[in-house]
Amino acid sequence: MATISRWSRTASAAAACGVVLAVALAAVPYVAARAESALIDLFLFVALANLWNLLAGFAGLTSFGQQAYLGVGAYALYLYAAAGIDPALGVVLAALTAALVSVPVSLLVFRLTAGYFAVATWVVAEVLHLLATVSPRVGGNTGASLPGTGRYPLVLWQAVTYWWALGLMLACVAGIGLLMRSRFGLDARAVHADPVAAAAAGVAVGRVRRVAYLLAALGTGAVGAVLFCHHLYVEPSSIFGAQYSVYMLFMVLIGGLGTIEGPVLGALIFFGLQQVLAGYGAWYLVVLGTVAVLVTLFAPRGLWGTVAARWRISLLPLGYRFRP
Amino acid sequence: MSLLEIESLDVRYGDFQALFGVSLAVAENAALALVGANGAGKTTLLRTVAGAHPPAGGRIRFDGADITAMPPHQRVRVGIALVPEGRRLFASLTAEENIRVGAIQAGPHAWSLPRLYEVFPLIARCRHRRAGLLSGGEQQAVAIARALASGPRLLLLDEISLGLAPAVVDALYDTLAELRAAGTALVLVEQDLDRAQGACQDLVCLLEGRVVLAAPAGAVARADVVAAYFGTAS
Amino acid sequence: MTWLNAALQGILLGGEYALVACGLSLTFGVMRLVNLAHGDFAVCGAYLALVLSASLGMPAWYTLPLLLPIAFAAGVALHLAVLSRSLRGGVLAPVLVTFGLSVVIENLLLEGASANTRSLDGGALSLASIEIGDHIVISWLRLTGLLVALLVLGGLQALLSHTSWGRSVRATSDDLDTARLVGVRVRPVFATVAGVAVATAALAGVFLGLISAFDPLAGGTVLIFAFEAVVIGGLGSLWGTLVGGVALGLTQQLIGQWNSQYAVLAVHVLFLVVLAVRPQGMFAAASSPVALPGTE
Repeated sequence: MATISRWSRTASAAAACGVVLAVALAAVPYVAARAESALIDLFLFVALANLWNLLAGFAGLTSFGQQAYLGVGAYALYLYAAAGIDPALGVVLAALTAALVSVPVSLLVFRLTAGYFAVATWVVAEVLHLLATVSPRVGGNTGASLPGTGRYPLVLWQAVTYWWALGLMLACVAGIGLLMRSRFGLDARAVHADPVAAAAAGVAVGRVRRVAYLLAALGTGAVGAVLFCHHLYVEPSSIFGAQYSVYMLFMVLIGGLGTIEGPVLGALIFFGLQQVLAGYGAWYLVVLGTVAVLVTLFAPRGLWGTVAARWRISLLPLGYRFRP
Repeated sequence: MSLLEIESLDVRYGDFQALFGVSLAVAENAALALVGANGAGKTTLLRTVAGAHPPAGGRIRFDGADITAMPPHQRVRVGIALVPEGRRLFASLTAEENIRVGAIQAGPHAWSLPRLYEVFPLIARCRHRRAGLLSGGEQQAVAIARALASGPRLLLLDEISLGLAPAVVDALYDTLAELRAAGTALVLVEQDLDRAQGACQDLVCLLEGRVVLAAPAGAVARADVVAAYFGTAS
Repeated sequence: MTWLNAALQGILLGGEYALVACGLSLTFGVMRLVNLAHGDFAVCGAYLALVLSASLGMPAWYTLPLLLPIAFAAGVALHLAVLSRSLRGGVLAPVLVTFGLSVVIENLLLEGASANTRSLDGGALSLASIEIGDHIVISWLRLTGLLVALLVLGGLQALLSHTSWGRSVRATSDDLDTARLVGVRVRPVFATVAGVAVATAALAGVFLGLISAFDPLAGGTVLIFAFEAVVIGGLGSLWGTLVGGVALGLTQQLIGQWNSQYAVLAVHVLFLVVLAVRPQGMFAAASSPVALPGTE
């Protein structure tokens, strides 16, 4: 009898492993606290990669300005913490602020498409960068440190930051996965494939894009706030830096645009490369850029994409499988 | 030996197959009418002959040589020119510039500008106007002139009467007769059966990508053509 | 009077922005490709001039006859090797590829030339200026920059309007599919356009080096300004790009006269305002990458 399924045994196994892994990782502050810092970086990379993939891989929006929301998240957290709100809770508010900022921005930048859209998002990031630089209230060019952490002993603060990062990563991976399995996900992928055809088929293209952009801003804002918690210091030229876009691009391209597993794999590889190539200065970015160019030209599906297509595996299935 | 020989042509757009084993031949200086309903594959066939799509199967021979893999600009040079469906003029270029673009791959028998203006007095008057601002009849004339500028031995015309007043179409068909007299072979896609049968000596009818009728235009009854066109032939 | 001077400086600056931007405008108009490495090509032009003038022992000006053909050839090679393949990969691929290229170029420059800012020696010309009254100072160098920009734009426009190459370029830009079918060889058209774009970028880079300073990471800022000039002027229009450049230059200088901190910010804000109010720019051609109605 023919069946159509949306799940598989592989996916169940993967999900079970994921849960076990999540529990194990949550225990790290108790058993392996020295690994916290590196793992926080890794989790945030995974989150960023998945968020960029939501935009570029699923909704067809290549943004080179997501660092704008990293900055908004971080500086919003600064303002809330300076106003007396507990910074651990401030992260939520910061994320919401970033999502709010994304609404008027999207009205502007969505007037352009493809490459021009990409540069426009970059311009927006630059504007926010410059605004932060000329505002003495947030420390101008020199930046600011996170107020309000004094109420936490350092060890606890690091653990709290770690759990935030872990939770954020899990929320991004699982959340975006579930979102893509929903009706919204189908609409988004139609918009990515062919916006005109999607519009003709009744998909509210503009709305799908704005929602995707808003969700990505929400998540990226949260990452920015957690980054601030992690480093305890923020300065405009680093948090608004275009290199974050380079990293996001690289992770998603290498891993595989348009899959859930791809960006996770890409983030792992990127993280590994960063550790290995740390001492080589600018050569490290030369390698990243070259690999990005080669992958786009010759292996556009990325590592995971190629593997998954070849062996038909999917750890988090997004589509429908037909068994005749 | 025919000027154009198409042998078992299969053409696909991704997963969709538009032509199934189409075969036909056009002799030197002959005129072939290609008829069929919308979506039958007429435009696909002409565009494939012009070089827009590589066929998935089959061969195309022009003047004895296999041109199946030849790029479009070379096909223009060896003597095949297309007047596309919907005219497809370069809107920001003037009428004369459009024609001069057509002359880029001009062969030895290229029609010179003065000669083209003689044959199409309509264009002579608006030669410096931007193509996007011309009337339908003027645009169609420019499109044909653009194709002639390369001096083709075979002219492929896709629905030239579309959207034009009958008087204008009459004038265009008179010009086609002049082209025949000058030695050019024609493949004419035309929805108006009377005009098609009147202007051409052979007729091929396509239905859903297949040849369902191929006969001399004078020898086949209109009813048979209609039956083949709609697929109601027994 | 200082305001008049600021306005004049703005116009001169605008000419330079237009010179950088015209290659970007051409590439987009003809190939529908946004080259995110365009700014880096300008910076490479400045570095190449530096290297050539040091090794040949001559002022930067004299390196141009050698530099421009090299830049043109590099553009052609870039197209044939990389960009043409990326165009076949869909709408996203060229954006990703040129961004990757930009990263590679910037960091190769960082490794090769260090992060120090440099500038080019223009000899006597860079010091000479015309003074009118107390407040108006027009440097000969900047004036030359504007004149060169006008010459290049005018020359390009003339080539496009009156040559067979120009007709092929415009036809391809109007309707790529039909152009191929009527006999235009599209690959050489694209390759030569890419060559022209890189050559004009390199020329602009040399002026950038002569007038101010440059460093390996300056390409990003150059790209953004070029991009903004193109959008404000209208995508696909060369003279529009000049208008866009002048709009940027005027804004930067006039706001800078009031408060130098806000100069660059004001330019970006101008861009965003134009985007909000008239996204197709002032002289848009038919084929702008403005979102289709219904898909916005």
